[in-house]
Amino acid sequence: MAARVQAFTRRLLSGDEVTRFIVTLAGLAILTVTAALVFELWSNSNLAREKFGWGFLTGSTWDPNAGEFGALPFIVGTATTSLISLVIAVPAGVGAAIFLAELAPRRVSDALTFCIELLAAVPSVVYGLLGVFVLVPIMKSVVEPPLRAVLGWTPLFSGPFYGVSVLTAGVVLAVMILPFIVSVSRQVLIAVPVEQREAALALGATRWETTWRVVLPFAKRGIYGSIFLALARALGETMAVTMVIGNSTQLKASLFAPGYSIAAVIANEFTEATDDLYLHALIQLGLVLFAVTIIINGLARLLVAGTTRRSDAVA
Amino acid sequence: MTTSAAGDATRTPDVATVRSPVPEVHGTTHTTTRSPDAPEKMQAKAVDFWYGRAQALFDVSMSMRSSHVTACIGPSGCGKSTFLRALNRMYETVPGTKLTGQILLDGDDIFGLDVTALRRRVGMVFQKSNPFPKSIFENVAYGLRVNGGLSRPQIAEQVERSLVRSALWDEVKHKLHQSALGLSGGQQQRLCIARALAVDPEVLLLDEPCSALDPIATAKIEELLLTLADSCTIVIVTHNMQQAARVSDYTGFFLMGRLVEFGRTDKIFQNPARKETEDYITGRFG
Repeated sequence: MAARVQAFTRRLLSGDEVTRFIVTLAGLAILTVTAALVFELWSNSNLAREKFGWGFLTGSTWDPNAGEFGALPFIVGTATTSLISLVIAVPAGVGAAIFLAELAPRRVSDALTFCIELLAAVPSVVYGLLGVFVLVPIMKSVVEPPLRAVLGWTPLFSGPFYGVSVLTAGVVLAVMILPFIVSVSRQVLIAVPVEQREAALALGATRWETTWRVVLPFAKRGIYGSIFLALARALGETMAVTMVIGNSTQLKASLFAPGYSIAAVIANEFTEATDDLYLHALIQLGLVLFAVTIIINGLARLLVAGTTRRSDAVA
Repeated sequence: MTTSAAGDATRTPDVATVRSPVPEVHGTTHTTTRSPDAPEKMQAKAVDFWYGRAQALFDVSMSMRSSHVTACIGPSGCGKSTFLRALNRMYETVPGTKLTGQILLDGDDIFGLDVTALRRRVGMVFQKSNPFPKSIFENVAYGLRVNGGLSRPQIAEQVERSLVRSALWDEVKHKLHQSALGLSGGQQQRLCIARALAVDPEVLLLDEPCSALDPIATAKIEELLLTLADSCTIVIVTHNMQQAARVSDYTGFFLMGRLVEFGRTDKIFQNPARKETEDYITGRFG
């Protein structure tokens, strides 16, 4: 007993126990905050759950005056804008990362990367302003006519176009998430061991063959990671989206039509929520956004785990 | 030895020289001494080399005879690995390097050749085994796929042949489609040799291939090199003098960027002409 006390005192004096206590506390704090967040969202939205049940997720009518709340238009808006932003930003971002890591001289690469990382520091309201005053006119005059000419026969690109739309919001989001993809992917590409490149070059591969068939497969996992980071940002982005998406609760198939996202509707209508059911419906939306983020991230992780495990073994 | 115009030109990194037009510079002015039994497969003539402003090689001239093993020995930083990397222009991946002098492959200036074609003819195995994170089969097939032109059965045949040549076939034939990263260190290094052999190189460069391996794995690779020398010209850099004595026919001793002595291995080890060589091989320094 005495020996154990002595041993404990010695560990305590050496700082091991103190450090252990502090880092455990820090770890628990993260869990506590997350749990408290979910609990608060859950307990402050019970009215909406009692009234609509699962129908809240599938209802497409959002009419505060009639006390009718359905989340589908916002879920669709969040998913669609995020998807559009990925379709644009992933090829552009990974391409830029390949240029910066493989082709550009180191000094140019560092300077350009610094500029790109600056983009991530621009407040989202500024992106919103640029979206309204710069992107909307460009979308109207340059982007929409050819898109309609080629794809106008599909429901996705039909109907009137006012400039503010789901498509516009997706484009703004693409610009906003690009820095994450470029910056992280570049780091990952630079970290590919020089021995891997040399192995390919020594077999008579050109630089491009080396990049495409050795460096990129090696960096695959990290590049996927950068895309998730970007996706998480896109799903939760509020300010810039609400400024260009058009804020319409009508569910439309066309990307040219105005829409709404979960984060945007919470931000816009929070102050107007005068009765309890309205407020609870908005908080329930917050819970849905939380769940959507977790589910999409989880699915993406599963997808990556599946593809990388297969290719590590066989390809 | 005077250098030609091509020799004087600064060698720029890959990006500029890849697939650039081939200048015909030296023509046939250089007479290569081809002895009937062992022609000179590669020749370095008055090679100087710089990393930025630091000169790493001084006036190195050396011949590597066909179907023989040539070893480069010397203390760390003596320039032996730099010399090896000049033979397939691998140094060009490092920015700021410059080479003057001439290096000939079968009498042709290697700087007049397309760099990818050169590297197919002059393969390389590195100090640290560097298999791709792919299956054993795909590792060996990589060079064949990059170069293209072979059908699937031809690729499979060549993969098997290369693994047999690198004495790895019996150990991996039942698990060709498992990850190469599951192999032991010695097996990985023999896999890298098989990968290099798959494109049928005329010359194989090895940069301290056994430095990370245990004695048994080392012995296997040394045995392999002796067999390979029948069909391939081998240049090996090693810091292990016993290894040079065991596997090589010719040895060059490098010291501070200069080739101090070059000759038949038995002569270098038994009766070196230079004091520095004798001091090094008898273990007085290095």
